[in-house]
Amino acid sequence: MNRLRNAFLAPAWMVFALLFFAPLAVIAAYSLLTRGTYGGVSAPASLESWARLADPLYLVILLRSFALAGVATAICLLLGFPLALFIARAGARRNLYLQLVIVPFWTSFLVRTYAWMFLLRETGLVNSALIALGLIREPLPLLYNNGAVILGLVYGYLPFMVLPLYATLERMDRALLEAAADLGARPWSALWRVVIPLTAPGIRAGSVLVFIPCLGAYLTPDLMGGGKTIMIGNLVQNQFTTARDWPFGSALSLALMVIVMVLLMALVRRGGEEGML
Amino acid sequence: MDTVLTLQAVSKQYPGHRAVDNVTLEIARGEFFSLLGPSGCGKTTALRMIAGFEEPTSGDVFLGGERINGKRPYERNVSTVFQSYALFPHLTVRGNIEFGLRHKGKRFAGETGPRIRAALEMVHLEDKENRRPAELSGGERQRVALARSLVLEPEVLLLDEPLSALDPKLRKQVRLELKSLQRRVGITFLFITHDQEEALTLSDRMAVMNRGAVEQVGTPEQIYLKPRSRFVASFLGGMNWIDTGGLRPEVTHLAAEPPGDGVRSFPATVVHSVFLGNCLQVQVRLAGGETMTAETSRRDAAFHNGDAVHAWWRAEDELHFEAEARK
Repeated sequence: MNRLRNAFLAPAWMVFALLFFAPLAVIAAYSLLTRGTYGGVSAPASLESWARLADPLYLVILLRSFALAGVATAICLLLGFPLALFIARAGARRNLYLQLVIVPFWTSFLVRTYAWMFLLRETGLVNSALIALGLIREPLPLLYNNGAVILGLVYGYLPFMVLPLYATLERMDRALLEAAADLGARPWSALWRVVIPLTAPGIRAGSVLVFIPCLGAYLTPDLMGGGKTIMIGNLVQNQFTTARDWPFGSALSLALMVIVMVLLMALVRRGGEEGML
Repeated sequence: MDTVLTLQAVSKQYPGHRAVDNVTLEIARGEFFSLLGPSGCGKTTALRMIAGFEEPTSGDVFLGGERINGKRPYERNVSTVFQSYALFPHLTVRGNIEFGLRHKGKRFAGETGPRIRAALEMVHLEDKENRRPAELSGGERQRVALARSLVLEPEVLLLDEPLSALDPKLRKQVRLELKSLQRRVGITFLFITHDQEEALTLSDRMAVMNRGAVEQVGTPEQIYLKPRSRFVASFLGGMNWIDTGGLRPEVTHLAAEPPGDGVRSFPATVVHSVFLGNCLQVQVRLAGGETMTAETSRRDAAFHNGDAVHAWWRAEDELHFEAEARK
């Protein structure tokens, strides 16, 4: 029995070891070496890359990443919650609506991001339409700023908020809402005291699923931020490309990973205390 | 009669289905009133219209003399004990009881603590106030649901089959407790059930519903002894159908010898007999082929399959109904 179990588990463990732990070990090793002249790494071993993390310049980038990811997550929650509630109560049509939420995944994120740029740039559809309508004279700066990055992040990751929220809302017993009304709770009160506490696991799961990829995003800030809005993902990317500083890029990505892990563990512990998640 | 709740010609029409059909009821303050009927008879829809979860298609609902049509559930001074109890799983027993006091029970502000304590004592859950519903037994959950609603002192407490989720043994015990609780608190109970025994033992008065309509309203005695329709007669207890009317098994007697004059009597053959503990249920076939069931005391002579007997009854025990199709 045990041997059989191990036989079935072995492939998964090997994939994990090869595709997850091995690259991580390589990155950890890189972060402790010196940069090579044309990229890559060379001897001797050094802690210099780790020391550079303390530079206020990078701290600002880290904080900005947290702020942008946090705002994007909050907006996803505010938009996603009513949507998930609507879908959960849509009866026979809920599968159709769920499909619609997932439809964007059918095309590449890169293509969709370019589509947004096409819409938002100075000569884009939105500005052209507003000018044609005579509402504005000069094109609005819709692209290449923090707002555009947040828009791109919200657009890209909203489904990851909606799906777990939907799962918890759909499971919630409708009789509980009736009970809340029966005991005198008006709709807002019922939302705060019953619906939101009961969907806390979904809110937490959705927030994690949105926040973490947002924090490490590089495509959206790169294209829609126009290079002005650098997030930590872009910084890492730069180290491996233009800056040719692989050790520092490795240290950066490991640091980001550690921060995310600490946050996750804190969240899981909290969820455990509440007997949820 | 001091009427607390009135349904005046209330109907509820769903597409292609009339769930409640022209129901008129008056419920007196402080009484234990049951709505009895088979599943799908409209009793739950009727309750939901009183609670405010559904609106009548036509007709009026009056609570304490005030028309409450169109009022939201949180604006009505009634409270519901749900079939599933619908306790808030994220709140403790105390939190569940407190919930209503924060909202519907605002008039009790300032005495919340003592009220919660009294409610907990009333249902004997003082030592469980910090438990979550998941940590309680079925009977305890039911008591929390009761306490949560009763603490608001509603004009009418609506109970939607509150005993059906309990196991049969517990159900009988809880039934007694429910009745004594209602007497103690003096709040009007409107009790929905499909279990005739529950309705008979608990109610001061009851209404029997069938296909969305009320068939009969009365005390349990009136309804059992003087059923107005064949449906009511057969829904409450066993029934033998004879040419002249209906006959309850307990007033259908069997004798080895022909009984004396003054009673109706037919020769019959014993088909089957079942020992029920407190009585013997004997099925006989008359010469014409009809079968009848008699419940006899177990001290009566034993009846064996194939025995020739006489089935007899008193004419005054027969139940007669106005001409209507046999259901």
